[in-house]
Amino acid sequence: MLYFSRWKVTAILLTILVSLLVLVPNFLSSDQIKNSWPSWLPGRQIVLGLDLQGGVYLLYQVDTEDYKAKRLKALEGDIRNVMRQDPRVGYTGLGTQDDTVQLRIRDTQSYDEAAKRLNTLLNPLNQGVLGGSTVTEFQLDQQADGLMRLTFNQAGLQQRLAKVIEQSIEVIRRRVDQLGATEPSIQREGADRILVEAPGEKNPERLKNIIGQTAQMTFHLVDLNVSPSEAAKGNVPPGEVLLPSKEADGQPFVVEENPLMTGEDLTDAQAGFNSQTNEPIVSFRLSTSGARKFALVTSENVGRLFAIVLDNQIISAPRINEPITQGSGQISGHFTIETANDLAVLLRAGALPAKLSVAEERTVGPGLGADSIEAGKMAAMIGTVFVVIFMISSYGLFGIFANVALLVNLVLIFAIMTILQATLTLPGIAGVVLTMGMAVDSNVLIYERIREEQRQGRSPVTAIDIGFQRAFGTIVDANITTLIAAAILFEMGSGPVKGFAVTHVIGIVTTMFTAITFTRLLVAVWVRRARPAHIPL
Amino acid sequence: MRLLRLFPDDTKIPFMKWRKYSFMFSGILSVLCFLAYFTLGFNTGIDFQGGTLIEIQTKSGPADLQHIREQLNGLGLGEVQVQEFGAPDDVLIRIVRQEGGDDAQMAVVDKVKGVFGETVDYRRTEVVGPRVSGELAQNGILGIISALAMIMVYVWFRFEWQYSLGAVIATLHDVVLTIGLFAVAQLEFNLSSIASILTIVGYSLNDTVVVYDRIREMRRKYKRMNLLVMLDLSINQTLTRTTNTALTTLIALLALFVFGGEVIRSFTASMLFGVIVGTYSSIFIAAPILIFLDPQLAGDKSAKRADEAEDAEDAAAEKA
Repeated sequence: MLYFSRWKVTAILLTILVSLLVLVPNFLSSDQIKNSWPSWLPGRQIVLGLDLQGGVYLLYQVDTEDYKAKRLKALEGDIRNVMRQDPRVGYTGLGTQDDTVQLRIRDTQSYDEAAKRLNTLLNPLNQGVLGGSTVTEFQLDQQADGLMRLTFNQAGLQQRLAKVIEQSIEVIRRRVDQLGATEPSIQREGADRILVEAPGEKNPERLKNIIGQTAQMTFHLVDLNVSPSEAAKGNVPPGEVLLPSKEADGQPFVVEENPLMTGEDLTDAQAGFNSQTNEPIVSFRLSTSGARKFALVTSENVGRLFAIVLDNQIISAPRINEPITQGSGQISGHFTIETANDLAVLLRAGALPAKLSVAEERTVGPGLGADSIEAGKMAAMIGTVFVVIFMISSYGLFGIFANVALLVNLVLIFAIMTILQATLTLPGIAGVVLTMGMAVDSNVLIYERIREEQRQGRSPVTAIDIGFQRAFGTIVDANITTLIAAAILFEMGSGPVKGFAVTHVIGIVTTMFTAITFTRLLVAVWVRRARPAHIPL
Repeated sequence: MRLLRLFPDDTKIPFMKWRKYSFMFSGILSVLCFLAYFTLGFNTGIDFQGGTLIEIQTKSGPADLQHIREQLNGLGLGEVQVQEFGAPDDVLIRIVRQEGGDDAQMAVVDKVKGVFGETVDYRRTEVVGPRVSGELAQNGILGIISALAMIMVYVWFRFEWQYSLGAVIATLHDVVLTIGLFAVAQLEFNLSSIASILTIVGYSLNDTVVVYDRIREMRRKYKRMNLLVMLDLSINQTLTRTTNTALTTLIALLALFVFGGEVIRSFTASMLFGVIVGTYSSIFIAAPILIFLDPQLAGDKSAKRADEAEDAEDAAAEKA
């Protein structure tokens, strides 16, 4: 056990050297890394968690019920459309209940024709190239008495929902990217959640505001024949709705339910200023088909009002003074520069396919983060000093070996954290400190064993040899059990707790490495140099 | 230089003789912990209950807790806890889960900010909705159970099933006692508490495995030695290691407890407790319990009555 081949020694020393090199950027400022640190050397720094540098953690729940409701409503409209086609199919009782849209066909002769038309609405979804079979979003259930039911197909629904989450993440990413400043991480969490982490975010409120809005923009014609106060009593004509204004004191309007256009017809949106009033505005540009639609509608309805609606709230309701044919326009709605900017961002990034709600939110201010770093450093330093003192007083020279190994261990832990870009949190620092306490355990095991062997009358070299050999099995068994617990914690934990598991797991691995290679190397070199007649243990 | 030794070499502490007392002690304590858990309950944090936590720091002098409490009670948000947090100008506010869905929870922070405005520094805010909190609790329990199960399998694989069962019993003992600590001291039970319990599980097993490892080695070496003597011998031989490791770990944890800041104090407090309990259980529970589980004694009543002292002498003779 005491013989080390030359390449082994080189490998061990090289590992430590590389680790030290990886660590250096952590002591430099980002400017120094950019300007004076050679670019071919690793330039990464340890990632500090939200609790250390401040920031916000947002867990969003995608409202799948909202999505389903929207889909069913659209399906209802589609059914109305296909039945209206020539020859018209008569039906009664079209309505939605739970996951089902149902209707009753009046005429026995039309059953087959109705079923044929409904079959076109089942919406086949592609299973992918290799899938072969296709799944439809809905399934049709036809009963003898003319009752037809369209229900979500579970497999199809799951596929659609997965897509919804994917799209939502895309939209959030586009929105957040345009805000600049910090670079939040956005990832899927479980089946229907999205996790957004923005370390260093100074303005969490704005971030939340930008992410959380559905931002479904629609343009509707206003019906001025019905007064809003009358409509508020419930007298809304069929096919029209009463929408509130975004402004608290703004006027509500009755508008046509079917939008003239939606946000999907927009190709661009920019914040700017009105050249006359100097008020902040958002100007938009329409796609070719959108422009054609808009030109047609505006020329037919000169003199009427149309409402610009965002998430069912009216932003503004300008009058159509003349046909708008150039395919662009502007929205003015009592914006500030910031709100105009945010609306432009939202419009450019597109609408979320389903509503989002915040299921969990954690914000840490920069003050607490800085305090936590200080506290963590302090605890780590004091903990190290006392462990070092204890080891020297218990094991003398061998204690010094253990302490050198401990330092190497620390270097390795932080180097691995840097390479993996794992996040360091306050519990993570606790994990490091705890690891230091437990890291010396391997050395204690080895030393106690060597001591025992020596007391049984073995020569120093044999005692050391057997000591390492016997302790090795114990070290592995003991550390693997600890590792199992830590790995489970890593698997189930999130945020700061995961940070603890990360450093704990890395710490256990590096501990095993240093104990069976580095400490052994130190002891071997010492034995060769000093040729001791007695081991001072 | 004279090296520090906590115990003299070749201690012959008759741990096995004390097993009746230690089992009784641990048994009573465990029952008390269960009682505490069922009567006092946990001081569950918002992680598992849902609700809002806000840490504020006053900008001008020490905080007036009574005044803050009155201001917050005026909001009609249900139960509000206000407590000093580590420093006189640092205040921790906890507000129970609101009726309604996620959005109702999120509105709380804005209401509180409306009360204090710019007069305080908001150091952190945490809001956990009802759905997430239920899942977090479930995952936590699942994590602890699966950790125990996997470790049981590993120990079974590496040793024998008797050891595996013994290790799990000893570890469960530590978990129960730690839960008791949370109930009695009313430490906040949150996600990091689960982390601390899992760490205690890991530590306690680490300790137990070291003792078991020695027992296994002794059994191979001295096949005919009386089990009681062998267990005593194994514990005594690993005693210095057990205590030294516990000490260095405790030193590190103590540094964290004192200097690591208020945020992780309950985390480190429970771990300090857990390391002490874990060390105790490897010596006084994990090893002695093998007497009931080990096949060597299961069917052999005479061995139990064998004179322990005589066997110990045999062992010493064999060793020499």
